Amino acid sequence: MIYMKHKGKDVYMVSGGVTKFAKATPDMDFRLRVKKAFDYSLNDANLTLHDIDGSVASYFADHFQRQLMSGIMAQDYLGLTPKPSKRVEGGGATGGLAFQTGFEEVASGRMDVCAVYGFETMSHVNTWKGNEFIALASDTNFDYPVGGFYTGYYAMMANRHMHEFGTTVEQLAKVSVKNHGNALHNPYSQSPMKITVEDVRNSPMVATPLTRLDVCTMSDGAAVAILASEEKAFEISDHPVKVASIGTGTDTMRLSDRPFGKVPLLANEKESDYRNLKYPGIHSFRAGRTAAKEAYEGAGITDPLEEIDLVELHDAYTSSEIQTYEDLGLCKYGEGGNFIDEGKSSLHGKVPVNPSGGLLASGHPVGATGIMQAVFMFWQLQHSVKKHFHDEALQIKNAKRGLIHSHAGTGTYVTVSIMEAVK
Amino acid sequence: MTLNPNAKMEETQKGTEVYNVDPLIVKSHYEIDYIHSYAQDSEFFRALGKKKIMGSKCKNKDCGYVYATPRGHCMMCGSETEWHELPNHGKIHAFTTCYFGSEEFLPETPFHLVMVEFEGVNSLFMARLIGADEEDLHIGMPIRAKFRRNLRFSPTDVYFVPDVPK
Ligand SMILES: [Zn+2]
Repeated sequence: MIYMKHKGKDVYMVSGGVTKFAKATPDMDFRLRVKKAFDYSLNDANLTLHDIDGSVASYFADHFQRQLMSGIMAQDYLGLTPKPSKRVEGGGATGGLAFQTGFEEVASGRMDVCAVYGFETMSHVNTWKGNEFIALASDTNFDYPVGGFYTGYYAMMANRHMHEFGTTVEQLAKVSVKNHGNALHNPYSQSPMKITVEDVRNSPMVATPLTRLDVCTMSDGAAVAILASEEKAFEISDHPVKVASIGTGTDTMRLSDRPFGKVPLLANEKESDYRNLKYPGIHSFRAGRTAAKEAYEGAGITDPLEEIDLVELHDAYTSSEIQTYEDLGLCKYGEGGNFIDEGKSSLHGKVPVNPSGGLLASGHPVGATGIMQAVFMFWQLQHSVKKHFHDEALQIKNAKRGLIHSHAGTGTYVTVSIMEAVK
Repeated sequence: MTLNPNAKMEETQKGTEVYNVDPLIVKSHYEIDYIHSYAQDSEFFRALGKKKIMGSKCKNKDCGYVYATPRGHCMMCGSETEWHELPNHGKIHAFTTCYFGSEEFLPETPFHLVMVEFEGVNSLFMARLIGADEEDLHIGMPIRAKFRRNLRFSPTDVYFVPDVPK
């Protein structure tokens, strides 16, 4: 594999904004929600429209609103026309991919300041129609007519992870308890909750072994990240955050096509660690591993657990958070269940994962989600959580280097980006 | 030539369903029939009528990857594949029972979904399974394909049941 042949110019994040995610916000359409997040980010860095060279629009499904070219409608509403812009789409990873596209706009030297805005309006259809639209992001010849339900696909992956590695439903539930609990201190989150493992197991079964509280919800929301070149970043802000590297991986659309091969090893792993593991099968995400490997090589990370201070990852399901600990090399494949048991990913653990509450509790307005992660990570690394949340409970004290992870489909597109505090 | 300042749009009783007035929320209806071609996958759907599950096999002799879910070209080497009949017996690789689903399939819930593995085949096949309770399902369980008599030309024309004596 080849990594970042030419690194380009250094890229920094200089500001961000997020709307409060909610089940439905019918008093605002997507344009107004993006405008609110955009104005928040401009104000926070004393920027004006004139400072923005261009943008990237991030949204997933045209079906949700039956409105094509929503991207240009947001661009137009923000007053960014006639500046350059494009839409980026890749299922659940849309936000992560758009953030990386913004990075590329700046790294290439094309733009000095790029606004990446993401949004989704999922409340215009009922939950089960929404699930149908999302399921159309599975092969419509072979998968949609049989399963037609993403929670069903993830349930089978969880079932296989439990079979391969002995992961338990209680371990899955602990992810839900942790993330909903963290969100109690995040005013932007949709579903803060103080719950127990029993609450998770007793909530209605959606697809065995995943219950209602193992699965994220549908949301309306928007998020904005502003990226800049080094020169501009330090002109704009005393506290820019460096985007040290990006990594992206892909895998087959159909779960059924995943091969049974060898693990692509990280710097801290050996072939003998996985002698009998057939990889990725349907228990692991090869795209996640591939993305992590590229991002780690770009940032010079050889021991992720020791060198990363916090993580915001794509926990659309509790099971996928556990699977992702392993893909990211925070622990070895098979140790994800123990990782949550040992509290390593808790708010005051070795490497806090989803201190914001993640998708499970913050919400998942698809196109906004990956950008929301960047904004929360930016505030963590700026040590400005208290300012933005009016609560400092979630501020990770030693936050110097963070990882954000965005994930699509059954693990079809995955992005990993590494962000670093500069002071 | 017509220049009529008294022209008037016809009034009809076609109103709009309103859910809320502030903000104004109305019902907007949309439906569509697609003319969906199975294209290079067509043979799979036709073969189900002959009680055959057709996977595919890479034509490249050095590769020969066998797919349970057919694809026209091989993901391992890029070569063309040929049709390859699968056995009617397999095993459960993974399973779930869906108690909810997308709107289209909600009336069918609860249903069992399985990933099927076949002897000598490199990839898996997603299917519905009937004839067993949730607690009877386990990984490695032998299962057998059955076929609808009245085809829908859908991948659910083949489904699986426990492979036990009748
Ligand atoms: Zn081949």
